[in-house]
Amino acid sequence: MELSALLLQVLNGLDKGSAYALIALGLTLIFGTLGVVNFAHGALFMIGAFCSVTVQRLLSLSTVTLDETKTDFLGRPLEVKTPYVESWFGESVGQAMIDWSVPLAILLAIPVMLLIGFVMERGLIKHFYKRPHSDQILVTFGLAIVLQEIIKAYFGANQIPAPAPSMFIGSFDFGQLVGFDPGVLMYPYWRIVYFLFAMLVIAAVFAFLQFTTFGMVVRAGMADRETVGLLGINIDKRFTIMFGIAAAVAGLAGVMYTPINSPSYTFGMDFLVISFVVVVVGGMGSLGGAVLAGFVLGILESFASMREVIEFIPGINQVVIYLAAVLILLARPRGLLGRKGVMES
Amino acid sequence: MLGLNRNDFLMLLFVFVLVAAAPIFLNPFPEGSTFAQFNAGYPDLMQRFLIFGIFAIGFNILFGLTGYLSFGHAAFLGAGSYAGVWMLKLLTINVIPAIVVSTIVAGVFSLMIGYISLRRSGIYFSILTLAFAQMSFALAASVLTPITGGETGLQTTLSDPRILDGAAAGTGNIPAPSLFGLEMGHSWKVAVGDWLWTFNVGYYLCAFVLMIVFYISIRIFRSPFGMMLKAIKSNNERLSYTGISPRPYTLAAFVISGMYAGLAGGLMVSMDPLAGAERMQWTASGEVVLMTILGGVGTVVGPVLGAGIIKYFENIFSKINDGLLEQWFAFMPDGLADFMVTIVHPFVGKGWHLSLGLMFMLVVIFLPGGLVGGVTGLFRRLFRRRSH
Amino acid sequence: MSSDKTPLNIPLSRRSVLKASAASAAVVTAPMIIPSSAYGYANEPKGDSVTLGFNVPQSGAYADEGADELRAYELAVEHLNGDGDGGMMNTFSSKALRGSGILGRKVEFVTGDTQTKPDAARASARSMIEKDGAVMITGGSSSGVAVAVQGLCQEAGVIFMAGLTHSNDTTGKDKKANGFRHFFNSYMSGAALAPILGEAYGKERRAYHLTADYNWGYTTEEAVRTSTEAMGWETVAAVKTPLTQTDFSSYVAPVQASGADVLVLNHYGANMVNSLTSAVQFGLRNAQANGHNFEIIVPLYSRLMAKGAGENVKGIFGSTNWHWSLQDEGSKAFVKSFGEKYGFPPSQAAHTCYVQALLYADAVERAGTHDPCGVAGALEGFEFDGLGNGPTLYRAEDHQCFKDVLVVKGKENPTSEFDLLEIVEVTPASKVTYDASIFGGELGTCNSGA
Repeated sequence: MELSALLLQVLNGLDKGSAYALIALGLTLIFGTLGVVNFAHGALFMIGAFCSVTVQRLLSLSTVTLDETKTDFLGRPLEVKTPYVESWFGESVGQAMIDWSVPLAILLAIPVMLLIGFVMERGLIKHFYKRPHSDQILVTFGLAIVLQEIIKAYFGANQIPAPAPSMFIGSFDFGQLVGFDPGVLMYPYWRIVYFLFAMLVIAAVFAFLQFTTFGMVVRAGMADRETVGLLGINIDKRFTIMFGIAAAVAGLAGVMYTPINSPSYTFGMDFLVISFVVVVVGGMGSLGGAVLAGFVLGILESFASMREVIEFIPGINQVVIYLAAVLILLARPRGLLGRKGVMES
Repeated sequence: MLGLNRNDFLMLLFVFVLVAAAPIFLNPFPEGSTFAQFNAGYPDLMQRFLIFGIFAIGFNILFGLTGYLSFGHAAFLGAGSYAGVWMLKLLTINVIPAIVVSTIVAGVFSLMIGYISLRRSGIYFSILTLAFAQMSFALAASVLTPITGGETGLQTTLSDPRILDGAAAGTGNIPAPSLFGLEMGHSWKVAVGDWLWTFNVGYYLCAFVLMIVFYISIRIFRSPFGMMLKAIKSNNERLSYTGISPRPYTLAAFVISGMYAGLAGGLMVSMDPLAGAERMQWTASGEVVLMTILGGVGTVVGPVLGAGIIKYFENIFSKINDGLLEQWFAFMPDGLADFMVTIVHPFVGKGWHLSLGLMFMLVVIFLPGGLVGGVTGLFRRLFRRRSH
Repeated sequence: MSSDKTPLNIPLSRRSVLKASAASAAVVTAPMIIPSSAYGYANEPKGDSVTLGFNVPQSGAYADEGADELRAYELAVEHLNGDGDGGMMNTFSSKALRGSGILGRKVEFVTGDTQTKPDAARASARSMIEKDGAVMITGGSSSGVAVAVQGLCQEAGVIFMAGLTHSNDTTGKDKKANGFRHFFNSYMSGAALAPILGEAYGKERRAYHLTADYNWGYTTEEAVRTSTEAMGWETVAAVKTPLTQTDFSSYVAPVQASGADVLVLNHYGANMVNSLTSAVQFGLRNAQANGHNFEIIVPLYSRLMAKGAGENVKGIFGSTNWHWSLQDEGSKAFVKSFGEKYGFPPSQAAHTCYVQALLYADAVERAGTHDPCGVAGALEGFEFDGLGNGPTLYRAEDHQCFKDVLVVKGKENPTSEFDLLEIVEVTPASKVTYDASIFGGELGTCNSGA
């Protein structure tokens, strides 16, 4: 095994890990602050991804003209579509806007996801704080199915491509920077963008909780909700905002992920289980733990998918995340950085 | 009677009557009538009601009594299924060894997983069981293909040895699972007026097994062992202060519920000799969790009810297509009929998941504690109001 | 007990029984046990209609493909019952179908959701057989489901007409006397692709395979490897990827440094869309290796997948069972009636399902009975034409259709959202025919359920 091959998988692991961490971050915020088992978290991620698709569709709204010189599959004149943005802003600006629809979708996703988060918390989750976890599971799972089915009814079940802007297509040659041969250590631009984006969002959430009064109150509320309430602070309102932020983080993770995997309505369920594993392996109630666990599992998964490793232990790539989760939880009872007494009974 | 108090005995009797007469009352609509599609009285679905009922009853012994939420119980159902099919392939087409061996194999498997997972509690326990089940699923679907048939599933074949009966040699047809020659698929059809009832051998075998395990579960709920499990749920720490270690009790509950799952798997392959890997996937584990919560955690009869409702949605609602809708609303004026079809269309056929999700939400919002818990709570409130 | 004395899974059709008993004017008030001898075979239709069971994925990743299959079936039923323009019935070489239903009975159908899970698919098929009295089950979008449902139909004694299933196993290792497949398989893909690849990319290539870790993936990898190695290609490595994998970056990343100059993606559906997207992101399309342009191959293509992968499919070779741009009379007739009814061209899944429904109906007409053994007899060795893939043989030994296979390429300049693939070559049936015994398995004998 060459050094460059190992380094390549480290890069891969960091990239995968940043995705896991970002998805798990929102989940652990809800777990930690509100004590709610939110099975609809994957659905929030999926709705974020469909914000990209929606923006793409909106920008591609077109006028239809008939081209008599060409025919469609039934021999009728071919319909030619010209997007409105092209006729409004000129062809080059219009095409650039469509090209940049994924990053532009962030602008839509933030307000939409905050709103969904607020509505969900006020309308539904709020009534379940004092209910057993089992009721929370059932209601959020039901909600996840409903959200999925709505997306399926509107967008269909097939995957919908939502590519990155064309300037991010292609790879950056890390190898040449550190003296390897050209082409042995390449990494796609968009994945580097995703990694940096994830780091930025994670840092922003941490800074928000660490350095603002709001964050301080929320952290205090996580530790001891009743006492904070007794101090006359309206913790409920802050928790609503926290839920909105968690939803927005999940949504942003989804928006930026669409160029990596074309989204479909099952997008969220694919990530639901893994994000729970990441949160728990990181340790309940620990934001840092979730991020750390995301990276650990991402890197392990990447190494396990190497040909040399699979040949040595067949099937290891199928189970490595779960195997690692078992071993970590057996070695460290509360995960990597978990606190005592959170979600233990 | 039977070592039960009066209420429990009446409940057992009620369930017995319900199960015995299910082929009749599950077909409330006459054949060929507009709503015959809602009839559930055909062997496959009736068998599924009972088999998933057994699975959920077992799950409830662990979750309902001890509060330990296993998210990997489908692994035991899957292990039981594979063991069962291998018995049908290697030993005999008689279902008895398949059912017995699948229960034992699931028991051993759950002992191993339970022993490790029960070192942790709360959500850490849930994730450990989930991890084991997902590993079982992933391996069964891929590298273990020679043993499990992979993604396609394990089936009986013409070339199976079946050392005890070696049946089928020469007939060119794979024998169907049977109980001493009585085939599981065999049915008696009885027509009364426009109604048609199907009495199926396999169904009544499942019913027989269900009654036994249901009785056992009531006895467990009411026994000192059950009390101990409930104590673990309500206050684990205080229990340890009394010098009692809770782990042997929770492990016993875990293994019992694992064996219930294996038994369900064994019955499933006896009714239909195929074991697929996706039976072990987390969605399958999640399904039994949902069944139990939907029916009522910790209630004796709730899980069976929850299992029945989810399977009913999956099998009946998914089969309602636009053609049927048009038939139903045909009596209305054209415009209104089209409108009704448009309104109902998203909830049936390919949209059956939507109805299921909505039902989950409505039940848990309006009936805290699931169907049984919620309804008894409702009655209690009404009753109290009246007596005041 | 031998199975010829006792009925095996007697799935009686209730509707037909009641109609029959009503006809005999015996107004039943007292319970009446219906003897199984009332039927010559499972679900024998006795009234003036016959029920077919359309079992397609309606939820999960293949739901759109399933929806297209269902559209094709509804169209086929319309044509069989004499409505619409008749579609391929006009171009079909056999003239047994006259648009008057099947054997004079009106065709009705029931639908169900396979969820692309063998268990759910069997439950759905069993309900069609036990509850609705379906005399034939058809549809599905994966080999796992096809093999499972085929096994069930064999036990229950009804005919199974497979939908989209591409694994060699369906008519190989797991073939059954009651099951029939019109769709092509992995072997044919490999055999059809190899010469075209040799022509386009040369005979000295080094291939790297990524293979979905389940039965279909195994047979496809084997087929492509065997046929390309026979032509002189070398296989550098073959790595199995989990079926549930969504991000393929860690599998794609090492490809370029491996010394390979071709990447073969033995993936279907979401797996294929995601792995191809990763491969393109890693710049493999523009890479150079061993003095060649680096190339990517997708052995099994479908238009819906191509749509999901978007721009990434351009110029990429693969094979497909059928494509709407074919210009033979049968294909044109089908595209016309499908397109006029639904507004877009049919997919290959829709085509194979439509054809299977017609072939079943035709076989029943020719046999003069719905009895599975009679129908099987009429289908075995049946030669036909006019259904879109040229002259076709339903081989008796393994119930597999042998017909032309299309080698296609992602279109560089699509003119519409449907115009994603272009046909590069129509490989004649003779080039993809193999010996029936090479995959093992036993057909057994037909089961009529009584």
